[in-house]
Amino acid sequence: MKKIFATAALVFASAMTFASGGSAVHLEHMSPDLHDKASLQRGMQVYSNYCAGCHEMGYARYERAATDLGIPADLFEANLLPSGKKIGDLMDNSMDAKDAKEWFGATPPDLTLEARLRGHDWVYTYLKSFYEDKTRPWGVNNTVFPSVGMPNVLEHLQGVRHMTCAQAPAMDEHGKPKFDTLTGDILTEEQCNVVVQKTAGQLSEEEFDQVAYDVTNFLVYMGEPSRLQAESLGIKVLLFIVLFGIFAYLLNKEYWREIH
Amino acid sequence: MAVMKDFMAWVDARLPVTQAFEKHMSKYYAPKNLNVLYLFGVLSLLVLVNQLLTGVWLTMSYNPSAEGAFASVEYIMRDVEYGWLIRYMHSTGASAFFVVVYLHMFRGLLYGSYQKPRELVWLFGMAIYLALMAEAFMGYLLPWGQMSYWGAQVIISLFSAIPMIGPDLAQWVRGDYLISGITLNRFFSLHVIALPLVLVALVVLHLLALHHVGSNNPKGVDIKKHKDENGIPLDGIPFHPYYTVHDIVGVAVFLFVFCGVIFFFPEMGGYFLEKPNFEAANPLKTPEHIAPVWYFTPFYAILRAVTYPLFGLDAKFWGVVAMGGAIAILFVLPWLDRSPVKSMRYKGWMSKVALVLFCISFVVLGVLGVLPSTEGRTTVAQIASVVYFLYFILMPFYTKWESTKPVPERV
Repeated sequence: MKKIFATAALVFASAMTFASGGSAVHLEHMSPDLHDKASLQRGMQVYSNYCAGCHEMGYARYERAATDLGIPADLFEANLLPSGKKIGDLMDNSMDAKDAKEWFGATPPDLTLEARLRGHDWVYTYLKSFYEDKTRPWGVNNTVFPSVGMPNVLEHLQGVRHMTCAQAPAMDEHGKPKFDTLTGDILTEEQCNVVVQKTAGQLSEEEFDQVAYDVTNFLVYMGEPSRLQAESLGIKVLLFIVLFGIFAYLLNKEYWREIH
Repeated sequence: MAVMKDFMAWVDARLPVTQAFEKHMSKYYAPKNLNVLYLFGVLSLLVLVNQLLTGVWLTMSYNPSAEGAFASVEYIMRDVEYGWLIRYMHSTGASAFFVVVYLHMFRGLLYGSYQKPRELVWLFGMAIYLALMAEAFMGYLLPWGQMSYWGAQVIISLFSAIPMIGPDLAQWVRGDYLISGITLNRFFSLHVIALPLVLVALVVLHLLALHHVGSNNPKGVDIKKHKDENGIPLDGIPFHPYYTVHDIVGVAVFLFVFCGVIFFFPEMGGYFLEKPNFEAANPLKTPEHIAPVWYFTPFYAILRAVTYPLFGLDAKFWGVVAMGGAIAILFVLPWLDRSPVKSMRYKGWMSKVALVLFCISFVVLGVLGVLPSTEGRTTVAQIASVVYFLYFILMPFYTKWESTKPVPERV
């Protein structure tokens, strides 16, 4: 039974990936939690320390993020606001797009809408999927984004990973795992595109997963900062419509009693 | 109260307000057996008003330039008070418009609402549908995202398939060698001024023609055949208050679903707001898969289904012809249906099978239009396209040959 559910979930997930025009790479699932302010704050901290130098969020303002994330303005200005910026400014950076293109081969994309563009599962998996690849200019590659143009800025946290041959779940031609028909266990086979840990980083795997989760969660918030407001207002609006509908129904019934 | 009465008398002597209200509302007699499918007319009017009002407010903060358009939409989403709500009402409203219009048209097919004497009602309705498609297409360019840009690129390039004048025509439409700020500016102008004016005018004509001939009903019975001594149809009831209170219930149900989408699923899984559109337009980077918005996909699938060149003209041209034909053929529907009865309830089995097959082919084409084409899918699209056209082409024959059931005198 469990197997059927797992297969169904995978089929569904791949169908959804397809609907969103995504690639065929298997993505790890994460569920954003915009109520988890601590996670969002940690995510913003990681973004500010590791990402913001190259990736701007040019459609959003510092103040809005600080307010929504519950960071007091004075604390924000003291710790997270880049020098020379005012809290009401857009979160863009001073890196020249032309220079950036020369340095990285492509201008680092604006991240304001990255989670809406690619989906949170993609961002989460991407952050975790760097591996050592000496043939690339930055010495790393990414299984989710082949030939990626950026270095693995979180490498000292995650540690170095590399691609090697190892036992891994066998997939059929549709990208679904194969099962042993007798025992129901997932079949494994020797594959040579498996990424494994080479040297440990500052964080354990669970701790690093949390970092990736927090950053993704923060990007989901940034993509649509009105989400929580929309949901709380939406419930009130729907309740009002139900109430309105009840009275409309009764009014209608009253009028139509005389029609046969 | 007396003051109000005097005031209305003063106005009525100068402008026929009361007369108009009576003609179109309180003394407009509609058949008393209208069912739930008759709601979609009033709902499309509601969505039209929603689009006009939210459009006015969006225009206040939108910047129609290639440099500023994408950022101004995000400005509306983030910095304008309740801008996200106005924008989602507008973007969800666009899809809702097509949902209610498609159901409204289905109702027309089901009950023969296009038949004599309602041919003009149908023609004005089709003109509205055409204007709506143009309005939606031009509106979709305005956010200036990747799908806005490349979707418009694909559709406008269709003009270039026309022999001789094609490439020049496409360039004339764009105003440039490729989609640019110039195209954006003209589409903005057409989207916010020209087409809304046309739409509103056509809606007025649609309603005037309808109120002149009277509403059809699920049985296709002519209620004007039996009138009382005052000339009021025996099976008719005043639109106001009976159908207004009816419609308010329908409006509440509709708004519940509509607001559910607006507040909780504005992207609708990538079908109302396509994911690639969260990236600003980039003329140098083609998205891996360009799909039109869902409401255009049946016609897009017909376009792609044509894969044979003919008479020395390439397949793309014939695809455009087929796509145009698929819409054009709807206009002549009133003259294709030769049935003595209006409603599907009294038509023969051939009409019923034909309508079911037509609806299936339309949905299948819609689904295929979203997906990238493969050999198998193209074959299915070709079969569905043939079924789509056969529904119309064979209509004069099966509606004439089949035996129909007698239509009752009263509803």
